[in-house]
Amino acid sequence: MSASELWRLSARALAERVRGGKVTPAAAVESGWEGPGAAWEADVRAVAHADTAARARGAEAVRSGPLQGVPVLVKDNLCTTDYLTTCASKILAGYQPPYDATVIRRLRAAGAVVTGKGNMDEFAMGSSTEYSCYGPTRNPYDLARVPGGSSGGPAAAVAYGLCPVGLGSDTGGSVRQPAAFCGVFGLKPTYGRLSRYGLVAFGSSLDQVGIFARHAGDVADTYAALAGHDRFDATTRGTPAPDVSRWDAGVQGMTFGWPANLWKEGVDAAVVEALDEAAAALERAGARRVAIEFLPGEFSVATYYLVATAEASSNLARFDGVRYGFRHEDSPDVRALYTRTRSEGFGPEVQRRILLGTYALSAGYYDAYYLTAQRARTRIRREYEAAFARCDFMMLPASPTLAFKLGEKTENPLAMYLSDIFTIGANLAGIPGLTVPMGLAKANGGPALPRAVQLLGPDDAEPRLLAAGRALEARGEVARIGREHETEFAWPTRR
Amino acid sequence: MTITRDEVKKIAELARLEIPEARIERMAGELSAVLDFAGALQRLDLEGCEPSVFAPADAPLREDALDDRRLSQSAALAAAPEAEQGFFLVPPIVENLAP
Amino acid sequence: MAHEAVIGLECHIQLNTRSKMFCGCPAEFGAAPNSNVCPVCLGLPGPLPITNRAAVDAAVRLGLALGCEVRGESVFARKHYFYPDMPKNFQITQYDRPLCEGGALPVRIGDTWRSFDLIRVHAEEDTGKSFHPERHGDRQISRVDFNRAGVPLLELVTQPVFRDPAECAAFLIALRRLVRWLGISEGDMEKGHLRCDANVSIRPAGTEAFGTKTELKNLNSIKGVEKGLTAEIARQEGVVKSGGRIEQATLLYDLDHDKLAIMRTKEHAHDYRYFPEPDLPLLRVDEAWRASARERMPELPWVRAERLVSRWGLPAYDAGILCEQRELADYFEALAAHGEPKLASNWLMTEVLRLLKERNWSLADWTAQVPVSRFAAFLKSVASKELPGPLAKQVVVWLADEPGDVPELLERHGSKVQSSAEDLMPLVRAAIDENPGPVSQYLAGKTATLGFLVGQVMKKSGGQAVPQTVKDMLEAELSRRAPAR
Repeated sequence: MSASELWRLSARALAERVRGGKVTPAAAVESGWEGPGAAWEADVRAVAHADTAARARGAEAVRSGPLQGVPVLVKDNLCTTDYLTTCASKILAGYQPPYDATVIRRLRAAGAVVTGKGNMDEFAMGSSTEYSCYGPTRNPYDLARVPGGSSGGPAAAVAYGLCPVGLGSDTGGSVRQPAAFCGVFGLKPTYGRLSRYGLVAFGSSLDQVGIFARHAGDVADTYAALAGHDRFDATTRGTPAPDVSRWDAGVQGMTFGWPANLWKEGVDAAVVEALDEAAAALERAGARRVAIEFLPGEFSVATYYLVATAEASSNLARFDGVRYGFRHEDSPDVRALYTRTRSEGFGPEVQRRILLGTYALSAGYYDAYYLTAQRARTRIRREYEAAFARCDFMMLPASPTLAFKLGEKTENPLAMYLSDIFTIGANLAGIPGLTVPMGLAKANGGPALPRAVQLLGPDDAEPRLLAAGRALEARGEVARIGREHETEFAWPTRR
Repeated sequence: MTITRDEVKKIAELARLEIPEARIERMAGELSAVLDFAGALQRLDLEGCEPSVFAPADAPLREDALDDRRLSQSAALAAAPEAEQGFFLVPPIVENLAP
Repeated sequence: MAHEAVIGLECHIQLNTRSKMFCGCPAEFGAAPNSNVCPVCLGLPGPLPITNRAAVDAAVRLGLALGCEVRGESVFARKHYFYPDMPKNFQITQYDRPLCEGGALPVRIGDTWRSFDLIRVHAEEDTGKSFHPERHGDRQISRVDFNRAGVPLLELVTQPVFRDPAECAAFLIALRRLVRWLGISEGDMEKGHLRCDANVSIRPAGTEAFGTKTELKNLNSIKGVEKGLTAEIARQEGVVKSGGRIEQATLLYDLDHDKLAIMRTKEHAHDYRYFPEPDLPLLRVDEAWRASARERMPELPWVRAERLVSRWGLPAYDAGILCEQRELADYFEALAAHGEPKLASNWLMTEVLRLLKERNWSLADWTAQVPVSRFAAFLKSVASKELPGPLAKQVVVWLADEPGDVPELLERHGSKVQSSAEDLMPLVRAAIDENPGPVSQYLAGKTATLGFLVGQVMKKSGGQAVPQTVKDMLEAELSRRAPAR
């Protein structure tokens, strides 16, 4: 394989070559930025902050490890010492953190190189990567469509081949939904398995760092490098993270839940088709389907938009123009400084959610909204526990639709919120979820779009979710890059 | 509407946000739509459901020791919009005291 | 109509831990501005708090000392308000499930102990410091320093149990003593280790219902507490007497000018939007922790004061004074074990405490110079009347400054105790010869005059005579001179 083709490789294959001295870390990192990558990025705009000097320094400093020389595009809400970290918000314009997030330290310790910062919805609030101060990221399969969000940048970049692995954050589906729209794997780990230290908080009790990759094995390798207790994050679990090294073990004898009541209506036919095909494929691989009834997603969405906005209104209070970031220069006193800085620094969707959360926490409404929502979470978690008493994991859509068009939902916040209806539950319950790409839907008057299914499991079920994802991948059910001038990824079926 | 114009103004003040007069009506509508939707929770049986806590119960406390995360004064002030002689500078604080 | 005041206090105690409440920055005072900070306490985007065990342990010990109920599970909460010295624009504190509830602090007022009931004690983080606006070129600015942000605090809230400012002052003095006794805070109000806000209302004497209360902030010295509360009570009485109504308000007291300023009225009351801190687990303090805290608990001052009375026979007043400082009580008991407890108490309460005050010494400064055995030997010479009072007072000063036992000190200073008749008789005779008036009065039966004559002899001896000896000799000499009847 020529140097210009390195971008096609899986993280595992790339790291192997770097380790063996066949490829320099610099070549491994730059491959995605050269040739087709440059053209892709000009159209897709997945990257918020790029810096060739920082990449070169990163490649120079590569440590030996399982991800040796692997470039990773990291969502712009993870603090990095070598790139700006702005959460795609004007209020953090030009902000350079003085510390690395724990997951960034672990990435580097495993040999990976941060190749840039991925675009996102401002402060991770959105489902389309349209609410970014840098402008939208586009879906590589159809530039008129969104890549999903809020981690749309890393999802799109992994899809078009800038890098084999990306990191996002998932508060209500912000990894799993863009993974589905872009046709890549997207893992939201069990709450408390990946450190949140250095992840700019949105909804603290919901946020988890998530992993994008084109291969189930790359998700597993990255998870293994990142997961585990962090003394700087009291919400990480003290027990050892589950062992995902047997991600290729198959699904023989497993049962998966099939909550078909959830997609009786309001779900695209192409999505249902993907579910049917995936279920059939798993059955062929030796798993057994168990029909279950599950709580409609509306309850989760309602709960989520109270909890997440309340926590966000609190977490975003620190952006005030005093210590870092944007400051409105014309303020006669400190109160005006706050109001003007925040009104000008935050975009409309962020302001909307801050207001909603402020209301949910304010005197007189706390019990009715925030407290009720936290109790509803307990109820929702019990629903999942009951379901997982009957199956090893469950399958459901990652999103009710395929990638939608730019501008389609920006005018209707509630419609945008409902696009998270299948992903939010996992955040509320703290359980892991994996989006598995399921090839392309039939073209419908435009470019063919990726399809996907979502797998949810109980706490620490990452190994079996990855095994199931791999089982689908190995049967050749996964998506392929969609633009006609590109060739198929050189994916091995067995490694 | 669940949220009135006045309530929007009040919570905006609490959150130190300024909603232009022309947008208040629309904001009240958008917030009300979400809150009305959230009313669905009233239909959920929450008998015996305590509020969720997700931080693990066994999380160790920190021993009383210094760690290496401390920043130099220049690093602490590096991102400040305005700083001088080791201090952050802000417009005058006219509210005479913190709560 | 006479009014009585109803006062509740809210005290903040800055703990003396090495590191801050939720991060590993130094909690020390006096560093260059913004140099004891890290991403956590500076409120940068992304970091998370981790609770300092030692700060919680201090809260547990204070709670147990005060007889509070210490919860097995308590909850940290976020309290929101925007202020430039608040790095996150919320404070991590405790709200509806605090670590300690109930309890009371016994306070010695005169000879009696009174117990003031508490509502709660909880742990939280301090704010940074912002400074008064100043000119900066053509505009006004304020400076902000975050070194103090995140330093551990305990908040202690009393029931509205005080009826006058003096009680509040006594309470604060007792609280300061207790936190020092437990070793959890330096307790220095002037340095802000102990801060106090007060809720004040008045009501017609003898009635039960509470009046509208005002909040008096930043009473940062004992004197400030007394004078500020006095001023606010007078203000409220003035309002009522002139037919007005008390408005709910927050006031600031300026001790230097003895003036009150209204800072905020009810319309600007805050909505703190408390909710449980999602980044921290429930704070668990199990029975083993509480038991260990009890084991490490020193005998508490009020318990010890009672024991000093029962074991050593001290008056309650003495016991109270000696228990103002744990080290003083320790020193006393070590001395008392050598015998003569009352004598030890007298000398500590008067000469030694006076010397410490004059020199601004701590008790540790004193004990470094005068270990227990050395002072016990001194007390023995006083008790045996080998060392007369006035000379003994001088010896106390020499003990503080010089090495050597009592005879060595006397030797070095050329002083010796004059107790031999040989030494004293000339002085006794001279005193009699020089004071014919008092002598004749004495001889006429007015024996009280003897004290005057003893004093004259003492003076002549330079304080180095033993008064009892002098008295005996004077009586003998005078009776020898008395005209036969």
